[in-house]
This record gives sequence, C-alpha cells and structure tokens, in this order.
Amino acid sequence: MKRRLASLCAGFAALSFMMATPALAQRETVLRVAMTAGDIPLTAGIPDQGFEGWRFVGYNLYDSLTLWDLSRSDVVADIRPGLATEWRIDPGNNRRWLFTIRRGVRFHDGSPLTAADIVWNFDRFTKESAPQFNARQFAFARAYLGNFESAEVVDDYTVALTTRQPDSLFPYNVSFLMMVSPRRSAEVNHDADAFARNPSGTGPYRFGRMVPGERLELVRNPDYWDQARVPRHDRLVLLPMPEASTRTAALLSGQVDWIEAPAPDAIPRLRSSRMQIVTNSYPHNWAYQLNFVDGPFADVRVRRAANHALNRPDFREMLGGLALEGYANMPPSTAYFGNPRRYEFDPARARALLQEAGCLPCRITLAISTSGSGQMQPLPMNELVKAQLEAAGFQVTFQTMDWNALLQVGREGRERHRGVHGINISRSLQDPFNGMLRFTWTAQHTPRGSNWGHYSNPAMDALIDRALATFDPAERLPILTQIHELMSEDAVMLWVVHDLNPRAMSPRVRGFVQAQSWFQDLTPVTVAAR
Amino acid sequence: MFGYVVRRLLSAVPIALGVSIVCFALVYLAPGDPIQTLLPPDADAETVDRLMRLYGLDRPLVLQYLDWLWRVISGDFGRSIANGRPVADEIFRSLGNTVLLATVSVLFAFSIAFVMGTIAGRKPGSWLDRVVTGTAVLGVSVPNYWLGIVLVIIFSVELMLLPASGMADDQFDPTNWEHLQYLILPAFTLSLIPVGIIARTTRSAVSEVMNQEFVVTLRANGLPEWRVLKHVLKNALPPVLAVMGLQFGTLMGGSILVETVFSWPGSGFLLSRAILTRDIPVLQGTILVLAMIFVLTNLLVDLFQSTLDPRIRRG
Repeated sequence: MKRRLASLCAGFAALSFMMATPALAQRETVLRVAMTAGDIPLTAGIPDQGFEGWRFVGYNLYDSLTLWDLSRSDVVADIRPGLATEWRIDPGNNRRWLFTIRRGVRFHDGSPLTAADIVWNFDRFTKESAPQFNARQFAFARAYLGNFESAEVVDDYTVALTTRQPDSLFPYNVSFLMMVSPRRSAEVNHDADAFARNPSGTGPYRFGRMVPGERLELVRNPDYWDQARVPRHDRLVLLPMPEASTRTAALLSGQVDWIEAPAPDAIPRLRSSRMQIVTNSYPHNWAYQLNFVDGPFADVRVRRAANHALNRPDFREMLGGLALEGYANMPPSTAYFGNPRRYEFDPARARALLQEAGCLPCRITLAISTSGSGQMQPLPMNELVKAQLEAAGFQVTFQTMDWNALLQVGREGRERHRGVHGINISRSLQDPFNGMLRFTWTAQHTPRGSNWGHYSNPAMDALIDRALATFDPAERLPILTQIHELMSEDAVMLWVVHDLNPRAMSPRVRGFVQAQSWFQDLTPVTVAAR
Repeated sequence: MFGYVVRRLLSAVPIALGVSIVCFALVYLAPGDPIQTLLPPDADAETVDRLMRLYGLDRPLVLQYLDWLWRVISGDFGRSIANGRPVADEIFRSLGNTVLLATVSVLFAFSIAFVMGTIAGRKPGSWLDRVVTGTAVLGVSVPNYWLGIVLVIIFSVELMLLPASGMADDQFDPTNWEHLQYLILPAFTLSLIPVGIIARTTRSAVSEVMNQEFVVTLRANGLPEWRVLKHVLKNALPPVLAVMGLQFGTLMGGSILVETVFSWPGSGFLLSRAILTRDIPVLQGTILVLAMIFVLTNLLVDLFQSTLDPRIRRG
C-alpha cells in the first residue's frame, strides 16, 4: 500500500513538474531587437559598431562612472551618477577631478567594485605597459581621453582623474568608458577575445550566449545596483540586420519585436500593420563641415548664402516627416540652444550674398558618402541639396565615396583635401564638447581633432576656454549658449536636418520611453504575451 | 589517373597565389582601411597612426603580404581586425552554412532543371520546349536578390508562413522543422539561376544525343521509349554534371546578395561584411578558401565525369 502511495505521489509530482515546465518556459519574456549593425558589437568593454554598440551592448552589460539619464523624452538627455555617486573638482587643483565610487556594486562575477578597479580600467585604456592594456579599447577610448593625464586611487571609494588642462566637461567624457571586471580579465589572462566570450561588467544585463555574427543574448541581472532599472523582461536578444527591408520584414512577420531605423517608405506599411512607430528629436546633425581655408567657404557671406539656399521643409517631406529642419547646429530642445540666427529659405538673398562675395556662379565640391551610420538617405538628400544650391547660384560637384573613405577624408583634414570645400559626415552632438567645441576650437584642428575645415575665431576660442574653466554648470550654461549662437552667426556649417531617430516595434512592446539621446534605456520595456 | 589528380592539385597553387595577391592589392587600392572602421568616426588622425603601428599595418605591403602568406602556410589565418575572432573559425563556420545552402539549392535546381531540360530536349521546337526554355531564360534573367525580397513579402510578411531572415540556431538540425523553415526561401531564391542554366544545358545535351545514330538503332531494335531515354540521359549527363559543379562553385562564393537579403550567416555574408569593414585577414582567408573550393569542385566533377563516360580519358 505504502509503495503504491509512494509511486502515486511520485507520478503526481512528475506530472505536476511536466505541467509546470511549459508554464515556466512561457513565463520567460523575451525582447528581440533587430539592429542596423552588420555584426554583433564587441562585448569586451567599450563596444564597436558606433553608438548602436553603446546603446544595446555597452550600457546593458556595463556601466560607466557617469551614465546618461534616459528616463525622460521631453528634454535632451544629460549625464547623471553611474558608478560614481558624485564628482567634484579638487579645490586646490582645477585639473584634478575627484569621483566618489558607489558602494555595494558587484561585477557579474561577484567581485566588488572599488576605486582600484576604476584605475585598473583606465590603465586598460591608456597604459601600453599594463598587462590588461588593449589596443582596441585604447582606440575607442582615445576619442574621449584626449585631455586625460592620469588616474589614481585616493581611497577605496575615491578616484582622482587628472586632465592636461582644466576641463569642466570631462565628466561627459567618462560616460563613454565601460568598466569591466579585473577579476574576470585576470581569469582569462587579459585576453580580450576570451573576455568577450564570457564578459563580466556591472550592467543591468548579464551575458547569456552569443553566436558570432548572428545573435547576442543578454539576460536580466536581478542584482543590479539600481533596482529601479532591473530589466522588466527576462532576456534581450540582439540580431544584426544591416538591410532595412530585411528588418521591416522581420518585424512584420513576427520574427522580432523591435527594429531600428525603418526606411521612411516602409513607415505607412508598418503603421497599417498596427506597428508602433516611435520618433523623437535627438542630438544628431545631418550637415556639412566646411573648408575655411581653401575655396569660397572661407568667406562668411558664401557660407550664409548656402544656408539661405536650402528649403528645409522639402527635406522633411522627402524623408516622410522623419526629420527636423536643421536651422542651427543643435536641435532647439538643447539647453544651450539660445537664440541663434535663423537661416530661412531665401534664394534671392543667397544669390545677392554670392554676388557681394564675388562668387557667382560659385563652384564648390562636396565629399559625400553612399551610406553610413547616421547618414540617413545620403544620395537623394545630397541631390536635393545640390538642386537647391544650384538654384541659388552655386555650381556643385560631388565626390562620392563609401563611408570609410569619407571618414578618412574627415580625419585627414582639409590640408590633405584642398579641392574639397565641404564634407557630409553626420555627427553626434551628445555633449557640449562633441556637439560644438570640437568643430570650432582652434586646438581641435585636424589631424588632432574634428575641426576638419580649420575654423578659427579668437572670440570663439576665448569662449571655449572660459567654458572649460567654468565648473559650475549653471554658470557654464550661458557661455555654451553664446558659443552656439556664435556658431550660427559665423555659419560654421551648412545645416540641413536633424534625424528623428525612428524605430518600429510590435504592439506587444510596452513601457518604452524614447529619450532625446543616441542611447536608450531598454530596461523598463515589457513584452506582452502573444 | 593519380598523376592527373596530383597535376591538377599542383596547378591550384599558382591559382591560390594569384588570387591572394590580386585580393590583397585590391583591398589596398580601395580608399579606406581597416583602422578607419575600427575606430569611432570621431577618432583623430594621431590615433589612427598609433593603431596602424599597433596592428603592424604601417609596414610595407610586400612584407605584410609575405608575413600573411607564411602564417597561412603554417595553418594560421590570423585574427579578424574587426572583431578579434580567429579567421579560421569565422570562415569554417560560415562556410558550413553556405555549403548547406548551396547544396540544397543545387540539388533542388538539378532535380527540377533536369526534368525540365529532358522534356524540352526530347521534342525541340514543341510548345513544351518553348515553355521550358522561356522559364529557364526568366530564371537566369530575374535578379535573385529582388526575387528574394518579393518572396519575403509574400511568404513572410503577407502569409506569415516562413521566417524572413536569419538562421534558426548555430546547431542546424535538418530534421527539425523550426530550423528547416529558415532554409526554404534563401535556397529557393538561390536555385533560380542554376535552374535556368542547368535546364538549358540539359535541353541542348538531350536534343543533341537524340539525334545521334545509336538512338535510331535502339529504336529500330524495338527498345521501349523509356529504355531509349535511359541511354540518352546517360550520354547527356556528363556536360550537365560539369555545369552543375560549376554552379555549385559559383554559389559558394557568389551568394553575397542573397545571403545579405536573408541575413544568412554564410561565406557571402561574411565576405560582404569583410569588404565593408576592410577586414583584410577575413577577406584574404575567405577568398582563398573559396577559390580552393572552386578548383576542387571542378576537379571532382571532372573525375566523376570520366567515371560516367569512359570516353573522357584523363591523362
């Protein structure tokens, strides 16, 4: 009898387990995202594949000392405390930043985060003699550490980062630097590729599995230090799909729940299938950097003429409404937008300015790309620019090249490309340095920085020096506003549009807040059952 | 026969060298370099120079080439500049996926096209022949990446029967429908051109053999038509097989567009990524392996032909 009872109980237990297992499996919620990247971004710290890598892999597996506040959609995102709870400039040395490290944070491998780990990571980015030094991480970090001098441990929870010259914007730069686990790195003998296959950070997601070139699966980190940002779904699946039509088809067929950058002509079809289209302004600029030394754009009247020649609503219409007219460098929701000169469409005025400058017809050569990250629809957009410029008295020749070649032209500077009068590289304007200073500061002339056309204005340099030496954000804001207004006054670029960052998602996806940023927070997203 | 095989294999060596030199030179002639893609767009020129030194890309081209060649001879294809993974792993994983896709496509194409070509070749000029020939011409003429997109719209988006892109898992299981369904659209799309070419070849081979005297003799001896056809097909098969082998070789490397449309993680997709990122080690390794596969496939087809038809003697 006892045996029969025992076997009955066992049978019942087995049955309930069998019934429970599918229920458990069903309960796992999965968010599947199709990225525009051609490959899975690097998982070994700072990612590659542009800011899409940061968006989906960097800020999900890792944290940086400062993080972006992506919780609101109504203002341009700014930085907030991350692995550092606060930062301040050393009262005795205005080149020395003191960062207080957050207590109680653990890497995914269980090791606790201390100040020594932060310094170890800075050595990984910068010190060639350190065993953990990594050439690729150096390359990615270099763009943000141009002004970095040294890192030192002050105490267990304080780090001092010293810059070469006073830099009030340095906390923005550290937001791009991902902190990896020294313990895991040591376990794999500091082999970055082995680390990438089994990474350990402090981020809201842990590494699940990866099929190189095909998919990356991240799983919820229930022990994340910011409990408000523990992901509301169990698993995040990231799929590289560089073809826009493939992404659209994947969403429509239910293969993925979320796609990045649907093509404008696919939007009506997506809408008719009840897909959600989300857009928001963000610090992106589709513009031309100009050559201030060789050719007609050295004259401010020609630069202004070009800006008056464009009818920006036409671009918006061409892009199916997925763009914001770009009358100035920053989108209007930026805190330091100010009151810049507005270049309305006025071809007669443009022609008069060209006449006055003695450049009619005004022959210019622009270097453009056939595709590329953030380049939107480069060929038809450039054709429209050419048509409108020519209607106002310009004569435009394009040098068309692939994205890599254009980036090379951009890095080499005007001095190696004297026949080129403008380059069409879409830029991120995430922070004041990347948004304005690097294009206008004499110290940023190529090949050292991104001031491709060698713009130089003593008034601008003085403003920039003041901004960098002003550590109180409230006091710095009016200086940044003046810089933005002066950029417009001098027509530092030929501005066209700001992208509206479209993404499409299934009606099952809820809770997403599209921040005004290149980065987005996926943690609040829920996926309803089918 | 053995001597012939050895000679053919030896002749592959200069082909491999030539292919690798041309590929190496082409990558360097094109503007942009791997470091440009490795770095964020905002990196400055000084960083580029420093990284070029760290990766050894600042050395003379000849030295870089010889260095690469020496490592390949010793079995080391190096590491991808773009993602740091070993090139050999990248190539062989993607090659496996492409072999799967190409094999299914060619077998599918062969079975359809051989029937079509035989029907057409038996009665040249008939309406059946015209239909088959027209279909074959259409197959060759339609751009397959366009057809791929159309098929995705019909079967994935509208009917929601088949997945639009990707591959189910890295461990493909041909008995699992979940996995198999990913193969159908790309394999069908890819088979379109081989269907056209193989059908045309079969048609002309069959119609040529049908006119030969032995067919008349067989018929005069009172052999039933199906047995006559058996003899005809056996004689018509060698050129068709040769074309099929060539098609398989072409699909191994020439499916870039279809693999990109379907995000099929094969060698074509790998190659297109490597071209866009100027990932020289991956590019070199993939092209070399594909060239070798092309040479070996042709050799195998030649050997198979000679066993089918003893008149084809190989020195």
